[in-house]
Amino acid sequence: MSAIAMPLLQVRELVKRFPLKGGMFARGGGVVHAVDGVSFGVDRGETLGIVGESGCGKSTTARLLVRLIDPDDGRVLLEGREIGHPGGMPVNEARRAMQMVFQDSFASLNPRLTVEASIAFGPRVHGVADADARGRAHDLLRKVGLEPGRFAARYPHELSGGQRQRVNIARALALAPQVVILDEAVSALDKSVEAQVLNLLLDLKADLGLTYIFISHDLNVVQYVSDRVMVMYLGKVVEIGPVGRIYADAAHPYTKALLSAMPTMDPAHRTQAPPLAGDPPNPIDPPSGCRFRTRCPFAEDLCAAREPVLGETEAGHRVACHMANAGSGHSKAPPLARAA
Amino acid sequence: MSAVTFERGAPGAAPARTQGYWGGVFRRLRRDKVALACAFILLAILLMAIFAPLVAPADPAKASILKRLLPIGSPGHLLGTDELGRDMLTRLIYGGRLSLLMGISPVVFALVIGSLLGIVAGFVGGRVNTAIMRTIDVFFAFPSVLLAVAISGALGAGIANALIALTIVFIPPIARVAESVTTQVRGLDFVEAARASGAGSWTIIRVHILGNVLGPIFVYATSLVSVSMILASGLSFLGLGTKPPDAEWGLMLNTLRTAIYTQPWVAALPGAMIFIVSIGFNLFSDGLRSAMDVQR
Repeated sequence: MSAIAMPLLQVRELVKRFPLKGGMFARGGGVVHAVDGVSFGVDRGETLGIVGESGCGKSTTARLLVRLIDPDDGRVLLEGREIGHPGGMPVNEARRAMQMVFQDSFASLNPRLTVEASIAFGPRVHGVADADARGRAHDLLRKVGLEPGRFAARYPHELSGGQRQRVNIARALALAPQVVILDEAVSALDKSVEAQVLNLLLDLKADLGLTYIFISHDLNVVQYVSDRVMVMYLGKVVEIGPVGRIYADAAHPYTKALLSAMPTMDPAHRTQAPPLAGDPPNPIDPPSGCRFRTRCPFAEDLCAAREPVLGETEAGHRVACHMANAGSGHSKAPPLARAA
Repeated sequence: MSAVTFERGAPGAAPARTQGYWGGVFRRLRRDKVALACAFILLAILLMAIFAPLVAPADPAKASILKRLLPIGSPGHLLGTDELGRDMLTRLIYGGRLSLLMGISPVVFALVIGSLLGIVAGFVGGRVNTAIMRTIDVFFAFPSVLLAVAISGALGAGIANALIALTIVFIPPIARVAESVTTQVRGLDFVEAARASGAGSWTIIRVHILGNVLGPIFVYATSLVSVSMILASGLSFLGLGTKPPDAEWGLMLNTLRTAIYTQPWVAALPGAMIFIVSIGFNLFSDGLRSAMDVQR
């Protein structure tokens, strides 16, 4: 599978801050650290799941990748070429190679355009002739399981939610992207429709050799589709690793708390107490040191003083917690000898 | 066809019904009796004004001292005569030309300029938005009648100046509506998706913004036609619009004012025309609004 060692997509120290607008007379308000030094890589053909609470920076990360918003700092490399950097990859080429599917299937389709016109819009913008663009739209409709003869000339309000999301997927695929970012793409669908769309996504991935970044708050769905999982908290990556490792043996207390909050089918294993109390801290003024320490049951003085680095505990499994890093000084940290 | 054929989330088994958005609007409008009647009346008045020389029974300028202020239903003068003995029916038909021109054209000009300003302000946002919208807010500080009178007074009496004055009066409200609708649409995911597919701003405005924005602006502008007619009549009434020999409803209302005690019904006729046309445009725009409003 891996002919080249280099990941398809590399994200390095990505930063996005949103200044708070306080109106004309209230300058110098706070800054929201939406994404604060996020780094990760995505290999060709894999699915990276991104999970986290609302407001942790999942969607901002997605929008930064396709340059719907410009990052304040950091680099994004696609096929080793830095996006938006002179000598790297132009932003427009990157947008073509990375497409997004949004959560709200209705808002993400223009109500005045037919399904066919919506899908053909992207190719047309990139100079594909009208007839070819329409032909491509029909092919894609067939691929996402919608009969073009019946659906091509319809308007979004004439479709069901699942059908609309299939159209959105077709639209994202119209530019033949390498990476598709699915931002809560199935979250708004009924469970039965959700399963159908998920399976469609998996089929398309196998057929077209796609790479997915799958953003969701639904841990079950992420477990089902992902090869690797990245957990975010307050604009930072707290843990990233293979899906099996994360779900079986999470190292970060936040990941553990998230997973223990996962609804289970087994009545004998229902969680008794809410594992995490309260809301995440204010991202305008995040806690010093480890950002999770205010809600962490194992927090020590060290956690407030020093920010944990995203250290590798095992091959491919990285955790940003003092408890997982040998020799960090935390009372629960493994002894230093093991690391050597 | 049955009553409901256009529903949201059509079931998968439904046959392909390929009806455009405007097709649906037109079909719903056709079912609206009030709007349809209004459209019919407005069309009739418009056609009569356009073909006035063919329709009118007499010469609008031919005066006669002997036939001054005849009542409605006089032989040879169906709607009586005015204070100079001119045929009222003829003058009402000819008056429609100027009155409709003064009612519709300022709104059309303001529609073009105001939408352009509003869409640019809404789409670009930030400082551009602030610059455009704050400038427009300045005009909002004045009541529209006062503004129209002030501008046409400053420019001098005459039809062209009155048109300019009215256009300036209507740009701010239209720009405001255009800006708010554009801001709303711009935030929707399909615009983001279009940007993510690499489309430039003008392409996005042309394909994705205009179609979703022009409808509400158009409906609003339709309702302004009646306001424009009333303002135009007001300007003529004050002597700032049309000059006396010409027939125009507002001016006729003004000159017949002196006859209100001798021939009240004749004197009220131009006012009645203004009323009918204004009400017609208002009800029609209401119908248009509800016909366009089905899918959300």
